[in-house]
Amino acid sequence: MKLTLHVWRQDGPDAKGRFERHEASDVSEHMSFLEMLDVLNQRLIEAGREPIAWEDDCREGICGSCGVVINGKPHGPQRATATCQLHMRSFSDGDEIWIEPWRAGPFPVVRDLIVDRSAFDRIIAAGGFIGARTGSAPEANSVPVSKEDAEWAMDAAACIGCGACVAVCPNASAMLFTAAKVSHLNALPQGEPEGLARVLEMIEQMDGEGFGSCTNTGACEIACPKEISIDVIARLNRDYLRAMRAGTA
Amino acid sequence: MDLSPKIPSGAIQEKWDRHRFEMKLVNPANKRRHRVIVVGTGLAGGAAAATMGELGYRVDCFTYHDSPRRAHSIAAQGGINAAKNYQNDGDSIWRLFHDTVKGGDFRSREANVYRLAQISVEIIDQCVAQGVPFAREYSGLLANRSFGGAQVSRTFYARGQTGQQLLLGVYQALERQIKAGTVSMHNRHEMMDLIVVDGKARGIVTRNLVSGAVETWLADAVVLGTGGYSNVFYLSTNAMKCNVTAAWRAHRRGAGFANPCYTQIHPTCIPQAGEYQSKLTLMSESLRNDGRIWVPKQSGDSRAPNDIPEEERDYYLERMYPAFGNLVPRDLASRRAKDMADRGHGVGPTGYGVYLDFAEAIQRLGRDGVAERYGNLFDIYERITGEDPYGVPMRIYPAPHYTMGGLWVDYDLMTTLPGLHAIGECNFSDHGANRLGASALMQGLADGYFIVPNTIGNYIARNPVEPVDVDHPDVRRAEDEVRGRIDRLVNLNGTRTVDSIHRELGRLMWDECGMSRDAAGLRKALAQIPELRQEFWENGVVIGDGDRLNQSLERAGRIADFLELGELMCRDALLREESCGGHFRQEHQTPEGEAQRDDANFMHVSVWEYTGANSEPVEHREGLEFAHVPPSTRSYK
Amino acid sequence: MAATGALLVLFVLGHMAGNLKAYQGASKFNAYAEFLRDFGAPVFGHGQFLWLARVALLAAVLVHIVAALQLSRRSRLARPVRYKKTPHEELTYASRTMRWGGVILLLFVVYHILHLTTGTAHADFVAGDAYRNLVVGFQAWPVSAVYMVAMIALGFHLYHGVWSGFQTLGWDNPRFAPYRRAVAGAIALLVVIGNLSFPIAVLTGVLRV
Ligand SMILES: Cc1cc2nc3c(=O)[nH]c(=O)nc-3n(C[C@H](O)[C@H](O)[C@H](O)COP(=O)(O)OP(=O)(O)OC[C@H]3O[C@@H](n4cnc5c(N)ncnc54)[C@H](O)[C@@H]3O)c2cc1C
Ligand code: HEM
Ligand code: HEM
Ligand code: SF4
Ligand code: F3S
Ligand code: FES
Repeated sequence: MKLTLHVWRQDGPDAKGRFERHEASDVSEHMSFLEMLDVLNQRLIEAGREPIAWEDDCREGICGSCGVVINGKPHGPQRATATCQLHMRSFSDGDEIWIEPWRAGPFPVVRDLIVDRSAFDRIIAAGGFIGARTGSAPEANSVPVSKEDAEWAMDAAACIGCGACVAVCPNASAMLFTAAKVSHLNALPQGEPEGLARVLEMIEQMDGEGFGSCTNTGACEIACPKEISIDVIARLNRDYLRAMRAGTA
Repeated sequence: MDLSPKIPSGAIQEKWDRHRFEMKLVNPANKRRHRVIVVGTGLAGGAAAATMGELGYRVDCFTYHDSPRRAHSIAAQGGINAAKNYQNDGDSIWRLFHDTVKGGDFRSREANVYRLAQISVEIIDQCVAQGVPFAREYSGLLANRSFGGAQVSRTFYARGQTGQQLLLGVYQALERQIKAGTVSMHNRHEMMDLIVVDGKARGIVTRNLVSGAVETWLADAVVLGTGGYSNVFYLSTNAMKCNVTAAWRAHRRGAGFANPCYTQIHPTCIPQAGEYQSKLTLMSESLRNDGRIWVPKQSGDSRAPNDIPEEERDYYLERMYPAFGNLVPRDLASRRAKDMADRGHGVGPTGYGVYLDFAEAIQRLGRDGVAERYGNLFDIYERITGEDPYGVPMRIYPAPHYTMGGLWVDYDLMTTLPGLHAIGECNFSDHGANRLGASALMQGLADGYFIVPNTIGNYIARNPVEPVDVDHPDVRRAEDEVRGRIDRLVNLNGTRTVDSIHRELGRLMWDECGMSRDAAGLRKALAQIPELRQEFWENGVVIGDGDRLNQSLERAGRIADFLELGELMCRDALLREESCGGHFRQEHQTPEGEAQRDDANFMHVSVWEYTGANSEPVEHREGLEFAHVPPSTRSYK
Repeated sequence: MAATGALLVLFVLGHMAGNLKAYQGASKFNAYAEFLRDFGAPVFGHGQFLWLARVALLAAVLVHIVAALQLSRRSRLARPVRYKKTPHEELTYASRTMRWGGVILLLFVVYHILHLTTGTAHADFVAGDAYRNLVVGFQAWPVSAVYMVAMIALGFHLYHGVWSGFQTLGWDNPRFAPYRRAVAGAIALLVVIGNLSFPIAVLTGVLRV
């Protein structure tokens, strides 16, 4: 098939960006979206032009490196699918495709379609861990964890840190990402002791990074390639209110 | 080259404890004054950096990713082994040790493997305490499964995302230390060279992948946890950016490279679809528990699979290995698939594929039963191929997956270069010539959490180093060389993209140094790789400058190193005149076509010394002894 | 936001329930209006409690609006560069229209007070005869239309607002969680139907002077 691409090009965080038009021909439906761009890049290089920069690594939907907004949808039209797993079967001949980076103040563009997501790392550093020193752990089976809690924790822990939730959120809020981590850790007995401090510190960091506030629109759970449910946000809010009460009592 | 493994004395069960007791400790108050560089934030590097940070060292940690959480360990699906014996099915440290030595086809070091099995138990404790959501039973206790043909259930798992969950545990521990200020994290920094001063590893030179700045970092010791080199084959199950540069640069600075030809080919990957293919996707090995592998009996049969009647199908693994059937070890399953394809029985558009059929399983378990076990894998398959595996047999084919070879290390995980340590997949240590499923994660975490943080202290305490500064001539030289190399790369103005050269190298390596090798093919590759290297440096093209984010430059640098490594792999494969584990030489097989080891002549580790760009590398040997697991021949008939 | 929202929801529910007295006839309705003014006696004098309630309500609305403005501001700052293609269909209509819906409600409330409380915007206002004012007011179809549009906007605002409130308050108890959307929908629907019934009843002649 033949496609018309409009790709966002931007030299750096402060540079002005623009859309660049490219025609992609001989696109096979078996190609992945990124392979389609690979082929385009090879052509650009052969023509002595700057290849398009984007981020990817595992190409299996697990590392969270990839992610662009395709026709207004983070990670493209297919549900529960990261950009790297999207295949050209989802498009048809003659389609026009607009490709943009995640757009959010706390995710400045590094180049073209690459953004800086280090704010996520700082949110984790603020409290998204259990402070178990290496070597200090008790026997693994000494604390049973109900299957229900373990499954809930795993559902939340599936987050790949891609940032699509921020990209799609009308408020550019990082609530789903933050809540996924809080929910994962706070659901486990091991995470309980630091639970209230964790939620306060992570929220504070999230706000400090300049993400918007969640107004529960639910767009994030639809864009999330791992289908993290916004139930985790309710859980975070519950713990947050508990922490506030504990703090003022 | 000093290849003494420095194995502590005493009974094998006591070596590690005794060694830790005999280690010299760094005074806690002094730890803050010692800097350690860790390159890599995978299970190995990330765990090491976090733990050494906790211990009080000043750690500088590097990754070329935008975040430590992206390291390739994240992609591991199946699970992690540990000798917990929670299933009471006869497992023990001793059995895990035994299985790993045997699985490695008697080409690993017993003392290291024993220690790995010992530590495996602590790893699970540590991970659970960090909140890794391992699968559990209704009792609330940890669940296990059997994996990779093991006869006991010792594999811990977190759905199909075990590597991800373990790595997130590591990452979170690391972020905690970053916040505490003990670890300085340098994301988007690629190690370009190692700095050696007075024969000791003292730092690294990096390129900032955003600004292009070339920078020098100095320390008392350097740890590499930079992963494996399967991407030398271009198409592999590894992530796009996995590369050998860090290990290769260290090798060029004096670290011996051990067994480069030991590579593992995974039998169940989704076959290549076209020339544009960028990587191959692994499908969990567990599929072989219920799927039946077959090819058409008639070569060149192009009918659709469901049109081929039962009697015209060859269930070749079941036919050749009645006892193990579809569950034979990875290397056998892979090699047999290749044989079939080479003889014209391969399926799919390229002819490089075999069927993995669930029709019988669906009959037996019902569609829902199959969906419950393999649903998410079927989804992955369908997403990639557009075919419905419930209705049409899957197509699979082997793909490069893991590299057992790597930097040589002694018992303390130190390379032949004092001060330089290598952990995780980037060292050669514990898997011999073949790695068992679910053992790489175990090794990475053992190295990172429990071994290197201890042995580094011993090294630092026993080897006080003079301070060096950035003006030291050796430091300056390393930095200048990096700059020179970047200049050379950005000035490549030919007509061929470096990726097309990489693809060509990959095909050559796959054909001649892949699943099965022979002298003629290896010689051919040894003749062609230097030509390809020349093509790269004369006709390659890199767009853009070095002083900003430039992915074409990043790739070129990595490919240049693969072009050197590939040659060493072929050289090593040629020299090893036997078949063992993942290394299969056509000339060395039994009449039934099975691998034939030559313990009399090859029970050793081949360690290569770099002697310069224009001279041949020199092979050194570390002899291996098997005092606890007597060498035997594998049989799966 | 959630706290003021909750207060406003309670008000709207109560207000609607009170207005339903219109179906019991003019005297009951006017008595109810009077009762509101006498509420709290003897602690409060005539109209005092009402004034207190008004102040509280006004404060809630102000805080609600200020919070809304802050939220919007944060969102704007958090996305300095807009998308060329906006991922609209990811959002429910109700959640997408909270802000404009809020503005409509604000305009409505102002108009509504001028209309039925002060009578400024009423063609034929008789102080003290709330029932008559209401019926006469709604007999002009453009007025009814304005009310009806506003009530639909209110419905959406409430639907998302109530659901959002549950989420914000972290009511995720598994026994209750599956019904949160339904409860929000029911409350919104109740208010919309209840309130829409007045103009419709007047226009169809069910309620007469
Ligand atoms: C698809 C797949 C599935 C697997 N499944 C399993 C399984 O189920 N069980 C199992 O036990 N094993 C499995 N393995 C193997 C296992 O995942 C790896 O061997 C292991 O995770 C390697 O960990 P590591 O820490 O050594 O390296 P990696 O996780 O690869 O980390 C390497 C790190 O080094 C950094 N780095 C490298 N070079 C440089 C440089 N020059 N400068 C700066 N930073 C650098 C990278 O950024 C990265 O952070 C699987 C492997 C694959 C490919
Ligand atoms: C007077 C004008 C009003 C304005 C400008 C306004 C505006 C808003 C805005 C902007 C929000 C934020 C939610 C979002 O952006 O998605 C909101 C939430 C809400 N509003 Fe209003 N609103 C008004 C009136 C009302 C009224 C009259 C009610 C009650 C019936 C109400 C109930 C709520 C509720 C319950 C919420 C949800 C709070 C939360 O998310 O926790 N609002 N409003
Ligand atoms: C069709 C539906 C409605 C009807 C029939 C109605 C009717 C009335 C009447 C008759 C009064 C005057 C009462 C009096 O002065 O004694 C009144 C006052 C008021 N109404 Fe409504 N109303 C409706 C909807 C709403 C809605 C949706 C809101 C808020 C979002 C609202 C907010 C108010 C307020 C704030 C006052 C003034 C109270 C005061 O300060 O005295 N009304 N309404
Ligand atoms: S919550 Fe989902 S969308 Fe957000 S970062 Fe995690 S995986 Fe990506
Ligand atoms: S899309 Fe945004 S508003 Fe909240 S529910 Fe998700 S973070
Ligand atoms: S490249 Fe790893 S998730 Fe897409």
